[in-house]
Amino acid sequence: MSLVSLDQVHKYYGENHVLKGVDLKVEAGEVVSIIGRSGSGKSTLLRCMNGLEEYQKGAVIVDNQSVENDDYKLRLLSRSVGMVFQNFNLFPHMTVGENVMLATKLVMKKSSADSEILAKELLEKVGLADKFSAYPGNLSGGQQQRVAIARSLAMSPKVLLCDEITSALDPELVGEVLKVLEKLKQEGMTLILVTHEMNFARDVGDRVVFMNQGRVWETGQSDEVFSNPQTEELQSFLAAVR
Amino acid sequence: MSYQLDFSGLVPYLPQFAAGLWTTIELTVISTLGGLLLGTLCAQGRISKDAWLRRSCSCYIEIIRNTPFIVQLFFIFFGLPALGIKLSAWQAGMLAMIINLGAYSAEIIRAGIDAAPKGQWEAGQTLGLTRRQVFWHIILLPAYQRVYPALVSQCIIVMLGSAVVSQISVEELTFSANFVQSRSFLSFESYMVAALVYLLLAILMRQTFALIKRFAFKNPSL
Amino acid sequence: MVQFTDWDILKNLLLAARWTILLSLLAFAGGGLFGLILTLLRSMRSKIITRIIQTYVEIFQGIPLLMQLFLTFFGLSLIGIEVDAWSAAVISLTLFSSAFFHDIWRGCIEALPKGQWEACRTLGLTYLQTMRYVIVPQAMRMSIAPTVGFSVQIVKGTALASVIGFVELTKAGTMINNAVFQPFKVFAMVAVLYFLICFPLSVLARHLEKKNHVAR
Repeated sequence: MSLVSLDQVHKYYGENHVLKGVDLKVEAGEVVSIIGRSGSGKSTLLRCMNGLEEYQKGAVIVDNQSVENDDYKLRLLSRSVGMVFQNFNLFPHMTVGENVMLATKLVMKKSSADSEILAKELLEKVGLADKFSAYPGNLSGGQQQRVAIARSLAMSPKVLLCDEITSALDPELVGEVLKVLEKLKQEGMTLILVTHEMNFARDVGDRVVFMNQGRVWETGQSDEVFSNPQTEELQSFLAAVR
Repeated sequence: MSYQLDFSGLVPYLPQFAAGLWTTIELTVISTLGGLLLGTLCAQGRISKDAWLRRSCSCYIEIIRNTPFIVQLFFIFFGLPALGIKLSAWQAGMLAMIINLGAYSAEIIRAGIDAAPKGQWEAGQTLGLTRRQVFWHIILLPAYQRVYPALVSQCIIVMLGSAVVSQISVEELTFSANFVQSRSFLSFESYMVAALVYLLLAILMRQTFALIKRFAFKNPSL
Repeated sequence: MVQFTDWDILKNLLLAARWTILLSLLAFAGGGLFGLILTLLRSMRSKIITRIIQTYVEIFQGIPLLMQLFLTFFGLSLIGIEVDAWSAAVISLTLFSSAFFHDIWRGCIEALPKGQWEACRTLGLTYLQTMRYVIVPQAMRMSIAPTVGFSVQIVKGTALASVIGFVELTKAGTMINNAVFQPFKVFAMVAVLYFLICFPLSVLARHLEKKNHVAR
C-alpha cells in the first residue's frame, strides 16, 4: 500500500470544478514535486491530503487512514502528515522554541523536558539552534520557514507537505530552505511539494507531477519529464518558466 | 407579571410620533451633510502647513471626542447665550450634532488620508497641481472609500445621539415618546415604538449609504 | 439664597464626578464580563447562538443609549421589579457595553490570519487548544487598545444617566446651574472634568495602538 494514495478525487468550489478526478500514488521515501500554472489546482490537491480542503468525490488515503472531514480523524492524521505553508504561519506571540514544542506537549503529550530536548535537536537540524528563545518576528523569512519545518517535524510525520514554501522568500534566502529539504530527503523523509523551483524539482525530486486544468496532465521521473516533456501543455509551461 | 402590553392605546398618538420622526430625519440629514463637510475641512486642517491651524483643529477634535454629547449640547444651548449667542432649541441641537460629527469624522477621514501612498501626493505635485488641488482631486475620494464603513457607523451613531436633543425640548422622536407616555401612561410601549423606529432608521441609513457607495466609488477595489 | 463661590461649584462637581467614575467602572466590569461570556458562547460556533448574539448586538447598537435607559427604567418596573435610577443606569450601561465589547473582541479574533488556524489544524490541536494557546493570546493583545478606547465611550455614556435622575457629574451640573444661573461657567467646568477623565484614556488607547502597529 502506498503511503499516500488519491483515487479519482473531485473538488468543487461551488460551481467551479477545481479537481477533476485526480489519481496519485506516493511511496514512502519519495520526493514528489507538483508543478503547474496558478489555478491548475495544485495547492488544492495538496490541501486535500491533510483535510484542510474537503473533496466531494473519490478517496484520499494517507498512512492507511482515510482523509475525511471529521475533526477527530484529522487530529489523528496530523501525526502522520506535516505541512509547511507559503507564509510560514508561525505563532508570533511564542518564541521559536515554544512554536516547536506546542504540539509535542499538547498533542503528543510529551513532558516539557522531553519536548525541549526534541525541539533543540530539530532546530539544530535546520541550523537554528541559537534561535530557541528568539521571536519569529525577529527572524528573516528563510529562518522563519526553517522554524516552520522544525515545527512540523516535531510531530515526526511520515510525509511532509510543502505548499510553495519558498515563494514568499527573497531569492537569496531560498537556498537555505531547500538545503534543509535536501537533508530531509537523505534521511528518507517523504516529501510532496508544490513548487516553482524547477531546478530543485529536477535535481532533488524523484518524480514530477504536472497539473493542468484540475487534472494530472503528465507525470514521470524528474529528469525524464524535464528533458523530454510529452504534452504540448507541459512543453509550453516549461518554456515559460525557464 | 400581570401587566398586558397595550400598543393599541398608542394609535391616537400616531401624528405625534410622525412629527417627531420627521424632525429626527431632518436633524440627521442636515447634520450628516454639515458634519461630514466640517470633518473634511478639519481633516485638511490637520495636515496643513500652518502649525496654528493644525493645532486648533486637533484641539477641537480632542475636546469634542472627550466630552459627552449631552454636555456639549447644554453648553451650546444654555451656556452660549451668556456670550450673546442665542439659539433656538432646534438650532442648538443641530449645531451640536454637526460639531460632534465634525470632530469624529475628521479623525476618521484623516486616517484615510494618512493611508494614501506618498506617491499620490508626489505624482499630483509633479503634474503641477497645488497641495490643495492634490488634496481635493486626488487624495480625498480614495480616502473616503478607505474609511467608508467607519464613516457610516459614525453617522449612525450621531443619528442615534439625536435622541439626546430631546433634553433641550427639540421635538424629535424621543421627545414625542416622552410626550406620549406622559399623556397615555403607556411608558414602556411608547419607548418600545420609538426604539423600533430608531432601529429601522439605523438599518435604512446603512442601506442608503450602501447605495451611495455604488455611485460614489466607481472603482470597487482600492 | 445660598451664595456659591467657584470653589463651591467645583467641589460639588468633583463630588458628583465620583459617581460618574464609579458608574463607569461598574459598566466597564459588568459589560466586560458579559461581553466575554457572549464572545465565548459565540466561539462555540452554533448557528443559532451566533444568530441570537448578532441580533443582540444589532439591537444595542441600533437603539439610542438614552432609549435603552428609558426602556430599562420603565420596563423593569412593568414586570414588577422596582428599580432606582442607579440600578437602571448600571444595568443598561452594562448591556450596552457588553454588545460593543463583544463586537470589538470578535473583530480581533476574526482579524487573525486564517493561516494561524490552519497551522494548528495541521499540528493536530483541538479547537479549544487552538483558541487557548494560539488565538486568544494574540487577540487579547490586539484588543487592548480598542478596549481602552471604548472605555471613553462608557464614561461619556454615563452622562445620560442624568436624564433618568441619577445624580452624577452632568446632573450635578444642571442642578448647580439651576441654583447659580451661570450656565457658561458651570457647563464649561463639567466639560473640563469629563475631559480630564477621558483624555488620558484616549491618549493611552492611541499609544497602545501605535505600539501594536510597530509590533506587527
